[in-house]
Amino acid sequence: MFANNSALIKFILGRFTLDAFPIHEPILVATFCGVALGGTVVLGALTYFRLWGYLWSEWFTSIDHKRIGVMYIVLGLIMLLRGFADALMMRTQQALAFDGSQGFLPAHHYDQVFTAHGVIMIFFVAMPLIIGLINIVVPLQIGARDVSFPFVNNFSLWMTIAGAIIIMISLFVGEFARTGWLAYPPLSEFAYSPDVGVDYYIWGLQIAGIGTLLSGVNFTCTIVKLRAPGMTLMRMPIFTWTALCTNILIVAAFPVLAVVLALLTLDRYVGTNFFTNDFGGNAMMYVNLIWVWGHPEVYILILPAFGVFSEVTATFCGKRLFGYTSMVYATVVISILAYLVWLHHFFTMGSGASVNSFFGITTMIISIPTGAKMFNWLFTMYRGRIRFELPMMWTVAFMITFVIGGMTGVLLAVPPADFELHNSLFLVAHFHNVIIGGVLFGMFAGLAYWWPKATGFKLDPFWGKLSFWFWVTGFYFAFMPLYVLGLMGVTRRLRVFDQPSLHIWFIIAAFGAGLIALGIGCFLIQIAVSILKREELRDTTGDPWNGRTLEWSTSSPPPAYNFAFTPVVHGIDAWWDMKQRGYHRPLTGFKPIHMPKNTPTGIILGGLAMAFSFGMIWYIWWLAALSFAAAIATTIVHTFNYHRDYDIPADDVARTEAERTRLLNARAA
Amino acid sequence: MSTLAAVREPELDQHEEEPVFYLVDEPVHGEGYSTMFGFWIYIMSDCLLFAALFATFGVLGANYAAGPAPKDLFDLKLVALNTTMLLLSSITYGFAMLAMQKNRVLWTEAWLVVTAFFGLCFIGIELYEFADFFREGATPQRSAFLSSFFTLVGTHGLHVTTGLIWMVTLMVQVGWYGLIEANKRRLMCLSMFWHFLDIVWIGVFTVVYLLGMLR
Repeated sequence: MFANNSALIKFILGRFTLDAFPIHEPILVATFCGVALGGTVVLGALTYFRLWGYLWSEWFTSIDHKRIGVMYIVLGLIMLLRGFADALMMRTQQALAFDGSQGFLPAHHYDQVFTAHGVIMIFFVAMPLIIGLINIVVPLQIGARDVSFPFVNNFSLWMTIAGAIIIMISLFVGEFARTGWLAYPPLSEFAYSPDVGVDYYIWGLQIAGIGTLLSGVNFTCTIVKLRAPGMTLMRMPIFTWTALCTNILIVAAFPVLAVVLALLTLDRYVGTNFFTNDFGGNAMMYVNLIWVWGHPEVYILILPAFGVFSEVTATFCGKRLFGYTSMVYATVVISILAYLVWLHHFFTMGSGASVNSFFGITTMIISIPTGAKMFNWLFTMYRGRIRFELPMMWTVAFMITFVIGGMTGVLLAVPPADFELHNSLFLVAHFHNVIIGGVLFGMFAGLAYWWPKATGFKLDPFWGKLSFWFWVTGFYFAFMPLYVLGLMGVTRRLRVFDQPSLHIWFIIAAFGAGLIALGIGCFLIQIAVSILKREELRDTTGDPWNGRTLEWSTSSPPPAYNFAFTPVVHGIDAWWDMKQRGYHRPLTGFKPIHMPKNTPTGIILGGLAMAFSFGMIWYIWWLAALSFAAAIATTIVHTFNYHRDYDIPADDVARTEAERTRLLNARAA
Repeated sequence: MSTLAAVREPELDQHEEEPVFYLVDEPVHGEGYSTMFGFWIYIMSDCLLFAALFATFGVLGANYAAGPAPKDLFDLKLVALNTTMLLLSSITYGFAMLAMQKNRVLWTEAWLVVTAFFGLCFIGIELYEFADFFREGATPQRSAFLSSFFTLVGTHGLHVTTGLIWMVTLMVQVGWYGLIEANKRRLMCLSMFWHFLDIVWIGVFTVVYLLGMLR
């Protein structure tokens, strides 16, 4: 009887037991209490103010690219807090763990922290921020009403969120991977990591990756097919160009991630021998495949940031971007080279001098188009009327920081040097130097720049500048010491140290992390203050920065249909051209506008994907099977709905446009 | 100066007296305007998925771990029959599309049924082949060669299965709603998907089976 009972429980709960709750780890218990308390307050407030219906019908089920973009960015910022909390813990641990001290994190926990930090920062901070910005900006820049596949866009968002939630669940239920952010086998194989950690990793990334891949297909198609009349490829705004290249890279790289994760999944669940130590498995195959995805991923992240800096520099210098054509070619060349350098992540594999030289040289070649871009920005600034608003400040900080990071990158590209520096803190310093100094600064510049377009009011400059200075100085304090430590031979992911002379550098780095914490705090205050002062900061013109591209030609925030009439483009910087040549906004003659309808299918499928993953992670097979079948059924049912569009009546368009006219006139009066 | 201006000017269409800055009428981007192109891009991503699996097979495909090798396992006659089934299904799908162009609902449906039949035969023969391997102890766990073999061929089989589910759904939809624009577009997409799987199979047949027998 008892045997039957335990078999039943095993069937229902899989390998899930009460031990999965980490009640013996005070840090996690405290975090859980904090999160639970905060979560209850948020959920309570949403219920009290009766916002659920609004959120459901206006946001969660929305296929409006602007709203989807905002949701991506909210996701990215929330996950930034989690990823940064991990960073602070690591910096504190390493600053404390000297002179025989073990610090405050046990190895079991510390290893999860550094894995989670990397995974979250790349997949759930950088990617959502970038895809969010692309969502908000690209359809507006090309004069489109929405993306090619609005429902797929919503579905992509919810797959990404589902992946993020899966990763977050691992904090309180079970554990996360202890393998480092790319989960190299054989460590990530079942033989060495039999717990749920790596499975959380696999399934979280797999479903988020599907979302990203579909998003890439969607935006590639959108940019190619839905540009306004007159906008030839060589008249696209640079941000749209970088978005196009990024999305092509996504389409060409993310299938490889899906495959490599699936192969690891098979190894762990079915017992195949792709990356195992015996039966012919080859762990280096995993390392190769994951970097065939991983290196293009680096450019997927940085190219849109380059696009942001190009838009910001041109706008805030009041000049057309210097070298538009070379900027486009540089972007394209970088995209192609992105596929020819993956092996520089593991020169130490032992593939021989010829192979290493090839990849070392291709890596160095990338600095040429990147350098061309840097000079283009400098020459745009040269003799421009530079306005040092927040986005421009981030741009200047980027130019200085990124050049340093780029130079250490070229240094690492030299195979003999890499043999010394491989896996050292020098490498850690290098990639933080380019990811923070490039991607993150770019996203902050982009957020400050397009915030008024998305919300209708500007961000408060005072707290923004405070945040800027804390971030930039904090960055240098936090990461320059790591270069020094790396040159001294300190490897990454260490938990305790014996050598007292290293201590001071870790203390400086921890101080830097503290400054960054203040920077993040100021950023949050900036958002709060801006929301409170939104009337004062309101943008009634739709063109708060005297912009150059089409998104500034419509109101802030734009109406659901973006443009009452589809714009016609005559050159680069279409909106600037329109302003120069006396464009008059049409006030009559509105037509009904055909738009897609909201749908709950995306969020339902996201929820089912999450349930499926949870079932797979905990071996709850019935849950996995049920949710998989339900997902297929939902998809099929969705295809039976042929009425996915509706018309915004001409009267509604006229009313919306009249309101905009009133605002514009009120300002002029 | 003048050369500089000459370089810059052509980018603006300034010859127009009064430039048109917006379209008075909605541009005719009908429903599904970019679906085919979007589906092509999706197919390309799927192609890369198979490329990664082929690469894996290329690297691991000779690691038999003292287990069975292709020559011990593969029955080329069976594979030839299997290939015939899939190729025939592609031809009949083509006939379905021709019927669709002529707006013949019944003929479209009939050819889709024939296509699905050949597709099912393909899956059936593949499963029979796999079962045979299993009986001989050649399971995916046995060696890296078999791991990558089953994954590559199995992923193709899963695609075909997905295509079959899709085909049945479409047969129902064509039956209910007729050959409306949306359904024609969907049939076109499935057509691309189906032919794509054929091309992938040619790769599998050549790289896995034929070259495997030469190893």
